[in-house]
Amino acid sequence: MAPDIHPFTLLLASIFTSNILLANFLGMCSFISISKDMTSSNGLGMAVTGVLTITGMINWVVLKYVLVPLDLLYLRFIVFIVVIAATVQVLEMVIDRISPTLYMALGIFLPLITVNCAILGVSLFMEIRNYTFIQTTFFSLGSGLGWWMAIMALSAIQKKIANAPVPAGLKGPGITLITIGFMAMAFIGFSGMLIVQ
Amino acid sequence: MNFLVAPLTIASIAGGFAALISIVDKHVNDYGDVTININSDKKNLDVRGGDSLLTTLSSEGIFIPSACGGRGSCGACKCKIVTDVGPHLPTEVPYLTKEEMGDNIRLACQIKVKKDLELQIPDELFNVKQFIGRVEKIVDLTHDIKEVLIDIGEETIDFDAGAYVQLVVPPYGKIKDINQRAYSMSSRPSDKSHIEMLIRLVPGGIATTWVHTLLKEGDKVDVIGPFGDFRKSETNSAMICVAGGSGMAPFKSILYDMFEKNDTQREVWYFFGARTEKDLFYLQELRDLQEKWSNFHFVPALSEPDTTGKWQGETGLITDVLDRYLKEVIGDKEREGYLCGSPGMINACNNVFTENGMDLDKIYYDSFA
Repeated sequence: MAPDIHPFTLLLASIFTSNILLANFLGMCSFISISKDMTSSNGLGMAVTGVLTITGMINWVVLKYVLVPLDLLYLRFIVFIVVIAATVQVLEMVIDRISPTLYMALGIFLPLITVNCAILGVSLFMEIRNYTFIQTTFFSLGSGLGWWMAIMALSAIQKKIANAPVPAGLKGPGITLITIGFMAMAFIGFSGMLIVQ
Repeated sequence: MNFLVAPLTIASIAGGFAALISIVDKHVNDYGDVTININSDKKNLDVRGGDSLLTTLSSEGIFIPSACGGRGSCGACKCKIVTDVGPHLPTEVPYLTKEEMGDNIRLACQIKVKKDLELQIPDELFNVKQFIGRVEKIVDLTHDIKEVLIDIGEETIDFDAGAYVQLVVPPYGKIKDINQRAYSMSSRPSDKSHIEMLIRLVPGGIATTWVHTLLKEGDKVDVIGPFGDFRKSETNSAMICVAGGSGMAPFKSILYDMFEKNDTQREVWYFFGARTEKDLFYLQELRDLQEKWSNFHFVPALSEPDTTGKWQGETGLITDVLDRYLKEVIGDKEREGYLCGSPGMINACNNVFTENGMDLDKIYYDSFA
């Protein structure tokens, strides 16, 4: 049975209270490595949001109409990855054609997010939580926006930190991880408002 | 038969997406016919879009120099693109200076032909052709240098002495890609149906290993050229040429070309450095040339001659010999430096030249290693 949650609630919840990055800690590697630069962060956030929404929807269809009827649920990991990789590939070609400017802005990030665990994570959550198609769409979009917001926030904070006297041993990933920890704690503050599973 | 369901499902999903990708690729990457306008209407090419500019041009018979064959690792295929093709790509930036970027210089191998383009390339490149030749002769000059003579048949090659060509190395053994390497031509411009190169075996070198171990007389080889602007200047200054090893090649071409054309009024000094007797070659030929040409002076030097005392010529590092000659023999006059050899040698010679009061812009060399 699908949970009885309004899609819009799910959208807000996935952005704030159960942010894919700061509550579930998914998609950390690109989050940490790219967040040094705001322009790149913006590009990557945009790419993640787009790919997340589209792959979430396609994976729901594949799950409901192929994997479940054929009793092949154990193949979901490999199938989801295939779908994600193919979608990214198609998207890359289409963007390259339609908007070279956007393609330039996204640069290498588009192929890079094939291996971003947040993308696979959202598809797996959608499966575990039995979301409907509409719920999946809003959940995927929300997770993407949440990821985008988090990386923009982190890169803004990093800009400030760049001018701060950070102890030598903590420079780089060290202080970044501590920052993410604080951000995660701040986001826990939202969790009283909405609880979504 | 149940066990087939899983593999078949995976296969059909993957196959379906693969088909989707190729269909999208076919439609999306079809840029139709585009026109490439080179050097303000000097040449207009009607081509299919979608490929890189470098391969598109070479399939139309215009060869922009490229030592790596289009993988974006040498930075040689620079050309000026007048049409706006978007900002510089991260793959181009490491090979371009700020001035070049401001001047719309791009790497041809990184630019995809998507629309009508207008570009500017040096006029000499129109003269560049791909020659399909046959190895006529391979001679062992020393233990590690071979003279390779290629017959290009009906075709003719027009070049200034000192130019270089790119040898196309087919895949062999563990090397799976086609490679291209640049070699100076040692043949004379008057012989338009042959290309001669001097190739020294570099341990681990892709092209040199191929030439030294696999290439045989009678084999078919592809050569692209001529390229480069290493040539003698049109002045009357004394030419001070310095070479080592296979750096002999361009000077062999330049010297015999000058002699053939009776351009013998100019004072020419040719310093050739080697380690031991067994690294020397063309000694007799160049001494014969010296006999016939009074303004030409050939100075071979050995840094480690054997102890038998048979060696009558100069000894010491070529830079020391050069320094001594510049100070004591050649003296202070209008001089120009010409160099061919390893980057280390070129650097060291540049230092000797400048210490002896010569301008850097009067010193010429090709900067490929």
